[in-house]
Amino acid sequence: MSQKILNPDYRLLEQIEAQGPFQAAACFQCRKCTNGCPVTFAMDLYPDDVIRLVILGQQETVLGCRTIWVCAACETCTTRCPNDVKIAELMDCLKEMAVQEGVPSPQPQILTLHETFLNNIKKRGRVYETTLLPAYLLKSGKLLEMWNSGTWRYDLKLGRQMFSKGRLPLRPQSIKGKKEVRKILTRRKQG
Amino acid sequence: MQVTYYPGCSLQGTARDYAESILGICASLDIQLAEIPDWNCCGATAAHSIDHRASIELAGRTLNLAAKLPHADMLVPCPMCFNRLKTAAKTLLGDNPQRYGIKLEGPLPQIRDLADFMATEKMLAATAKQVKKPLAGLKVVCYYGCMASRPPEITGAKDFEDPQALDRIVENLGATPIPWPFKTDCCGASQVLSRLDIVSQLVGKLYDMAQRVGAQAIVVSCQMCQANLDMYQQKIEADWGRRFSLPVYYFTELIGLACNVKGVKDWMSRHITDPFSLLQELDLLNN
Repeated sequence: MSQKILNPDYRLLEQIEAQGPFQAAACFQCRKCTNGCPVTFAMDLYPDDVIRLVILGQQETVLGCRTIWVCAACETCTTRCPNDVKIAELMDCLKEMAVQEGVPSPQPQILTLHETFLNNIKKRGRVYETTLLPAYLLKSGKLLEMWNSGTWRYDLKLGRQMFSKGRLPLRPQSIKGKKEVRKILTRRKQG
Repeated sequence: MQVTYYPGCSLQGTARDYAESILGICASLDIQLAEIPDWNCCGATAAHSIDHRASIELAGRTLNLAAKLPHADMLVPCPMCFNRLKTAAKTLLGDNPQRYGIKLEGPLPQIRDLADFMATEKMLAATAKQVKKPLAGLKVVCYYGCMASRPPEITGAKDFEDPQALDRIVENLGATPIPWPFKTDCCGASQVLSRLDIVSQLVGKLYDMAQRVGAQAIVVSCQMCQANLDMYQQKIEADWGRRFSLPVYYFTELIGLACNVKGVKDWMSRHITDPFSLLQELDLLNN
C-alpha cells in the first residue's frame, strides 16, 4: 500500500489484458460490482478499487491485497457489470500473477488450500478428500489454530461423523491418465 | 434414454448421498448414465484461482473423453464441474485455443446441469408419472448458489437472477417452493476451510431469510452448498446464537422420496443436520 498513486504505470494493464481480455479499461466506476459483492466485509479494497488500481498500474497494491484472495469467485460482479468487465476472472489473473511473482498472500491459508488441492489431484487424477483435509490442516497451520482456539472439538466431532456416515471414503480412486494430469499441473513451474 | 455422465470427485466422497440419489432416481426414470471412462478432476476453484492454463486443460482432457461417447447430452450434477467444463469448452472453441496444450477432438455433447435437465418439460412429465406420494405440506426454499447460473455467458442460463429449475421440480413433486430473494447468493464455497467466519456470515444470512419466509427446509443441487449448509449448521447456529434446524435436501433426494425410490433413508442418513424429523412430522417418510 506504499506505492504512490500519482505514478501510473500503464504497462500493468497491457500485461494483464494480454492474458484476458478482461476489458478492465471499460470500467466507468458505477460500483455495481462492489454493491453486489457478498464478501466486501472481508476485503481491504473494494472490487471497483482493484479495477481502478489495475488501470493505474498499481501493481504492488493489487498483487498484495487481501481482496483478490477472499473473493469467493461467485461471479456476481462479472454477471452484473454493464461494461462486460470480467472482474472475477481478473481477480484470478491477479492471484496467479501474485503467486508467480512471489508476492506473499495476506491470506496464506487460502493459497495453501489451492496448492494442497492441486497437489492432491496430481497424485491420482482425482481429488481424494480423505487426505486433502488433513494435509491442508497441517500445511496451513489451521490445525494449530484450531487447537489453540478450542474449535478442534467441533471439527473432530464433524470428522468422525463424516467417516461414520461414509462421506470420507477409505479407498482413493486413481485414473489411468494420471500422468497426463500430472503433466498439465507441472507445466506451469517449468515455464 | 442414454446420456453421458460426469459425476466429479466429491460425489465419490463428501457428496455420496447426492451420487446415490442420482443413481436411484435415474434408474427409476429409465435414464442410463454412461460414466465417462477415466475422467479426471475439473480443477475446481484451486485451478482457476492460481493456474488458469491447467484449469482449461484439466477440463479439456475430460471433454475429449466425453466426445468419444455417442450420446447427445452430458449430465453434470456438480455445478462447479459444470461451470468449469462449460468454461473450458467455450475457451477451447474460442479465439485463442493455441494458448493451451490441449485441442478439442470431435464434437462435444451438450453439457447440461443436472437440475436444469430434470426441470425440462419432458423430464417433469416423466417424473410426475412416477410420483407415488406427493410431498404435501413440505414448504421449502430452493437454493441454487452460484455456479449453475453465473456467469450466464458461460452457463447459458436465462433466468440467472431468479432461477426456476428447482422450484419447478419440487412443485412437480407436490411440495411448496416459497419465493425468496437469496436463491443465488453465495455460500462461500471452499472458503469454508480457510475462512469459516466468512461462510458463517454468508450462510447464516441464508438460514435467517429461509426462516423468515417460512421455509421448513432448503433444497439444493450443489454439493458444495449442501456441505456448507448441512455440515456446519450447528457451528453457524452457535455463531449466530440462534437455532435454525433447517434440513438441507438434494432435489434428487426429494424426487426419490416422492417417487418411493428404494434407498432414500440411506441417502439421507449421511446428512449431518437431521433430515428425518421434519419428514416424519409431515408423515412423508414411509419407505
